[in-house]
Amino acid sequence: MHNSKTSSFSLHCLVNGRKIEREIPSSHSLIDFIRLDLGLKGTKEGCGEGECGACMVLLDGKAVNSCLMMAVQIEGRELITIEGIKGKAGGLHPLQKTFMAEGAVQCGFCTPGFIIASEALLRRKPKATLEDIKLELTGNLCRCTGYEKVLSAVEKAIGK
Amino acid sequence: MDKLSFVGKSLPRKDALIKVTGRAAYADDREFAGMLYAAAVRSPRPRIKILAISDAKARGIPGYVTLVTYKDIKGVNKWPVVMQDYPFLPEKEARFAGETVALVVAQTAAAAKAAARLVEVKYRELPFIEDPLKALEKDSIKIYGKDNIISSFVIKKGAVDKAFDNAAYVVEGEFSTNYQVHAYLETQGAIAVPETDGGVTVHSSTQCPFYILDAVAAALGLPYHKVKILQTVTGGGFGGKEDVPALVASHAALCAAKTGRPVKLIYGRKEDFQSMSKRHPGWARVAYGADKKGRLTACRVKYVLDGGAYATLSPIVLWRGTVHAAGPYKIANVSIETYAAATNKVPCGAFRGFGQPQICFAQESLIDELAAKIGMDPVEFRLKNMLAPGDKTVTGQKINSSCGLKELVRTVRKRSGWDKKTQNSKLKTQNSAGIARGLGFSATYYGVGLGAKGRYLDRAGALVNIYKDSSVCVNVGNTEMGQGALTVLAQIAAETLNAPYESVRVEEVDTSKVPDSGPTVASRTTLMSGNAIIDAAGPLRERIFKTAFDLLVLKGARASGPMTAARGVFSMGGKSVTFREVTAECWNRRHKMSEQGWYAAPRTTFKMEDGQGDAYVIYSYSADAAEVEVDLKTGVTKVLKIWAAYDVGKIVNPRLATGQAQGGILQGMSWALYENLVYKNGIMVNPNFTDYVLATTADKPEYDITFLEKPYAGGPYKAKGMGEVPLIGVAPAVANAIANACGARVRSVPLLPEKVWKELKK
Ligand code: FES
Ligand code: FES
Repeated sequence: MHNSKTSSFSLHCLVNGRKIEREIPSSHSLIDFIRLDLGLKGTKEGCGEGECGACMVLLDGKAVNSCLMMAVQIEGRELITIEGIKGKAGGLHPLQKTFMAEGAVQCGFCTPGFIIASEALLRRKPKATLEDIKLELTGNLCRCTGYEKVLSAVEKAIGK
Repeated sequence: MDKLSFVGKSLPRKDALIKVTGRAAYADDREFAGMLYAAAVRSPRPRIKILAISDAKARGIPGYVTLVTYKDIKGVNKWPVVMQDYPFLPEKEARFAGETVALVVAQTAAAAKAAARLVEVKYRELPFIEDPLKALEKDSIKIYGKDNIISSFVIKKGAVDKAFDNAAYVVEGEFSTNYQVHAYLETQGAIAVPETDGGVTVHSSTQCPFYILDAVAAALGLPYHKVKILQTVTGGGFGGKEDVPALVASHAALCAAKTGRPVKLIYGRKEDFQSMSKRHPGWARVAYGADKKGRLTACRVKYVLDGGAYATLSPIVLWRGTVHAAGPYKIANVSIETYAAATNKVPCGAFRGFGQPQICFAQESLIDELAAKIGMDPVEFRLKNMLAPGDKTVTGQKINSSCGLKELVRTVRKRSGWDKKTQNSKLKTQNSAGIARGLGFSATYYGVGLGAKGRYLDRAGALVNIYKDSSVCVNVGNTEMGQGALTVLAQIAAETLNAPYESVRVEEVDTSKVPDSGPTVASRTTLMSGNAIIDAAGPLRERIFKTAFDLLVLKGARASGPMTAARGVFSMGGKSVTFREVTAECWNRRHKMSEQGWYAAPRTTFKMEDGQGDAYVIYSYSADAAEVEVDLKTGVTKVLKIWAAYDVGKIVNPRLATGQAQGGILQGMSWALYENLVYKNGIMVNPNFTDYVLATTADKPEYDITFLEKPYAGGPYKAKGMGEVPLIGVAPAVANAIANACGARVRSVPLLPEKVWKELKK
């Protein structure tokens, strides 16, 4: 049930490399914080229940479903959203380049989530095998591509 | 035409960059000053008489603004789609659980959702029907018209009873298929923005902006020129964003009209499951007869679709299923009888394949059973009976030269190693772990475009505008929903104008910029909008080419040889000029650099009374082979590999086409094996991705895809249609592979482990 008085919370965290200090409703989920409070619309909501991976973001370098966490849980932590995914020298990240080159993007609604999940894997396992990739990405649904080109895009980004 | 510069090449997707960087603005990503949020109040039961709707409690929610019911409809309370039986908001009776009965508007999305939960609907339950076959029984309660029949068709050809009497071999079987949920990753959503002149602009995630134009104008009682529909970047459609976005958008527009503020309405996943269209569950009894030599002589089909509570697109879906019900074969004696039955469940509509996958599963499974009965190899049997140029379909339509079906079948047979794998029985017997391997086959055809039943909608417009700096802007009426329309259409425009591909931009649809171009469905976009672009670009091309010639002569080119145009450059006699220089000169000469184009599909001759005549202008074709492993202890099936070959005419962009094929195959496989939507007592039980299972990366088979391009003279650069074909034949190929692996003939989709296991125990 909705409270007539919404309590607020003063949240400190690092978002895409920038220090953020915000007074937010404590009822906000992490995805609400990202999309509504910060206005970063690249993170997508596909189900709101932790089933599709479209809302994935990097929290302290690990991929999490932002629809499943409360914003207050990221106090003092580091958040990276799709807007913060960049190549080493700025510009596009290798995953973004290979997703484009391989044709891994169709409707694109799943794409930010896939790029985040893949980046988390590559950080943890820079030499990930195709099996590793397949397993890691089972939490991300894509209804368009049949996954083939997504997997080859991640494979091609390895070692770049 | 000399060598093509842009068509036929895997050029980069136009919308890839905004999508990989998270900058693409889908419906929910757009904000407007003063925007309010709507949420739907939904019927809790399968069929109710509405007694009263009260927002007394909802008003206590901070930020609550208002309740919107049918009383707020200034226009007509009838959604203008096919049968016009679906009210925008019900007045007395709601006919399925999940139907929107009212809307609430609030300051935030969360407040709107909370308020919607507090709106009280007082109702009396009415008797309801869940089973479509029961709905067709004479003594059933009547929930739709006189007989619960939404729509019905026949095809009659030859003397069917006699042909069955004389047949040397007869097979008959009953088959069924369950729902399929589109599961586009972006749920439905729209934003309606009131304009100062009393009009409205609607931003919508949709395949069919012109359906929305019809609906919003009707609901608000506005002339069309005061309603503007802008398509937002659309996160998947597959047919699920054909008709129903018009309902969502109209609801947002009603809320905007009442409040005078922009209103956003974005669906949650659960309500999207419960209330948006689905692939119809299908039921079919099919019989085939063949003579001693293994020639098909007779086919009888009864095919029933579960239409749900309202007609929406059921009549058209059913018609496509009817026309294709006997499969891609030459058969002299045919009787097909089909029904869309009403039930008190979610209205079903368009889904990739549009009424074909259900019946294709039945008939292609049964073709295997017939081949087995005759003792023929199922691929040989198909080849013997298959349509080829000059043959006639069951509707009496003569197949033209753009038909590569036999070659497709031979290609898949060869690439899959069919002969070796199926004839050498050692290869497919079970291994020590109790896993059996098998290979299964299917062949299909697909009428491209809307065909006879949709002929009045089968036209498209285009506006091609060349700016002074030589950049080109193209407006069309068909949409990008992930399939690659923006890219493919840009390639066609670039090719026709000899403009550099990078300089061409195709816009998302704005209904005020281009005439009604029909829906983006039936794999018709490349064909229809492509031809409209060529029509618009034609006169521009003439001016550009003439000017280029003049410039080359001015530059001192010897005018002896012909001028060539390739990759945005014009050359002759050792000199060349660029597209940019030429268009600048065209502007100097005050040429008209903007043109409108139009394309209307040729007439079809089909007669509804007996189902005879030309049903579609042109067909695409496919052949599939699936290799599976079946665990004999559990009945679990894993698809290892799918070989597929397609004749969809000229391929405009091979990389995109392959992506369409892979995506279509996986969607077909996922439907065949996993996706199982369950209703109990008229209530959907599993409206979420945990309990409704979709294929993931772990389930993905290997793909082997071949295109055989049989040119279609009437298509843009000889293309036909691509989008839907890859899904249709997958389920029967998998079912046939399971039967081949272990003898289990499962006649109902999804091919769940328990069904396979039950057959194994027989
Ligand atoms: S939106 Fe978070 S997992 Fe689907
Ligand atoms: S590209 Fe559409 S869901 Fe993945």
